[in-house]
Amino acid sequence: MSDQMKNALLEYTTRLGDDAVVLGHRISEWVSYGPFLEEDIAYGNVALDYIGRARMFYTYAAELADDGRDEDDFAYMRNDREYHNLLLLELPKGDFAYSQVRQLFADVYYTLMLPQLLQSKDERLAAIAAKAIKETKYHLRRSRDWVLRLGEGTDESHRRAQKALDQLWGYTHELFDMDETEQLLADADIGVDVSKLRDDWLAMVTEIVTNATLSVPEDSWAVRGGRIGYHTENLGHMLTEMQIVHRSHPGCKW
Amino acid sequence: MTIPQEENFMRKISAEEKIEPKDWMPAAYRKNLIRQISQHAHSEIIGMQPEGNWITRAPSLRRKAVLLSKVQDEAGHGLYLYSACETLGISRSEMIEQLQTGAAKYSSIFNYPTLTWADVGAIGWLVDGAAIVNQVSLQRTSYGPYARGMIRICKEESFHQRQGYEAMLALAKGSEGQKAMAQDALDRFYWPALMMFGPHDSDSAHSQKSMEWKIKRETNDDLRQKFIDQTVQQIEVLGLEHPDKDIKWNEERGHYDSSDLNWDEFWSVINGNGHCNRQRIEHHVAAHEEGEWVRDAITAYNEKKRAKKAQHAA
Repeated sequence: MSDQMKNALLEYTTRLGDDAVVLGHRISEWVSYGPFLEEDIAYGNVALDYIGRARMFYTYAAELADDGRDEDDFAYMRNDREYHNLLLLELPKGDFAYSQVRQLFADVYYTLMLPQLLQSKDERLAAIAAKAIKETKYHLRRSRDWVLRLGEGTDESHRRAQKALDQLWGYTHELFDMDETEQLLADADIGVDVSKLRDDWLAMVTEIVTNATLSVPEDSWAVRGGRIGYHTENLGHMLTEMQIVHRSHPGCKW
Repeated sequence: MTIPQEENFMRKISAEEKIEPKDWMPAAYRKNLIRQISQHAHSEIIGMQPEGNWITRAPSLRRKAVLLSKVQDEAGHGLYLYSACETLGISRSEMIEQLQTGAAKYSSIFNYPTLTWADVGAIGWLVDGAAIVNQVSLQRTSYGPYARGMIRICKEESFHQRQGYEAMLALAKGSEGQKAMAQDALDRFYWPALMMFGPHDSDSAHSQKSMEWKIKRETNDDLRQKFIDQTVQQIEVLGLEHPDKDIKWNEERGHYDSSDLNWDEFWSVINGNGHCNRQRIEHHVAAHEEGEWVRDAITAYNEKKRAKKAQHAA
């Protein structure tokens, strides 16, 4: 493998780890704050799945980097400008509708993306995808059911769900952007060409949102930058909290 | 004159047969059980807060996953215990209301703040450890659903305790800063952990009847002694200092002698004036109130679906 390809693979694997740890963190913020006990348990489950994913991606990234770093160095010792996650995933948890709509967007995305990653010529990425697919199937069932219930529930839940859709829509475009790194890997059948997922994503989301008697927002705005570390202001605060203990005791084992 | 039902009930109790939800039971037995099981359930639920406090700051991804999984287990135990309690004729929403109004209690240990990462380890090791000593004894409790619940819960709690101890070990064998953090957590959580067994037997309002009915199988002081004895060596292995300077092996008793507890503090926390009593309940109430529109949405959604179905059927 060329150095260029190797670097691209490291960057790609790290991005997928960043996506997982950031969303996992946001979901975990719901534990003990859910609307009822069963939801606390479900949130815990989903957060665990994402933290597990992050560990697999980072462990692989650490092997690729081969410079003595481990999964925790990737999670805890990089600053916000070095994190290359999708912006959608770092936004604060908001209210229950906001979190569930974000989750729906992510779940539909992974439902389409992971089967492609499963086909990757890179066995490690394919193996992670194989495990994640099963989890995402359950995640999607849950977020879809919730969006349906909120959309068709009360006036208030409908209003909140629609507001969440409107607030989050502009962050979804970035999910389908390709840059040189990702194109290089997609051309080599290692990475996923996410630009090809947009139509199916839109169709699936539209069906669910429409069934929920909600409206798909107009494509009137788009915010981008996660993949180059141009974040919202939220990520810095998240990482400050996440990394504080680890960084306060340099070089320690836990 | 004893009524035959009561005779039959007491015969079962003496014969170590389990009392099941549909069996006749004295009203006071039922009341006593509801108090104890719901208190136990509430403890699991409120216990999610002090540990949940560290999920976002856990110092490694592995520890974060372990902690998330533990807190999730606690929620599962709460759910399981609420269900066991519902077999006695009280609903979960009634129990939650009792928790929020202060009519029902939860373990006082969760009214102590978790100030450092080491507190998470100390809770797993000492608090779950103390809970297990109590719960192992409760596997033989006379009420069937509670006893069966305890068997399942004990398995998971033992796992938590090992993980907590292992987290403490990593700190105790780590840097000076980590070791100091571990010692500080031990010093703060040791005494409240001992208080988890409740007041001295002589001051325990519910103990006597509970023992007679075999709801409780061992006394507060006996269980506490077991915990004190088993913890001494665990502290030695960690290489930390024992918080009780008067701890001393008593050959004659075959147990460790120890200092008496600060019972003023115990009663003060029980009576709602600990460090976090207000915070814990406010947190629970706030989450519950913020979730109201979500619960309303489900109810409305389900009603709409039912109405639609009925329309189709007609």
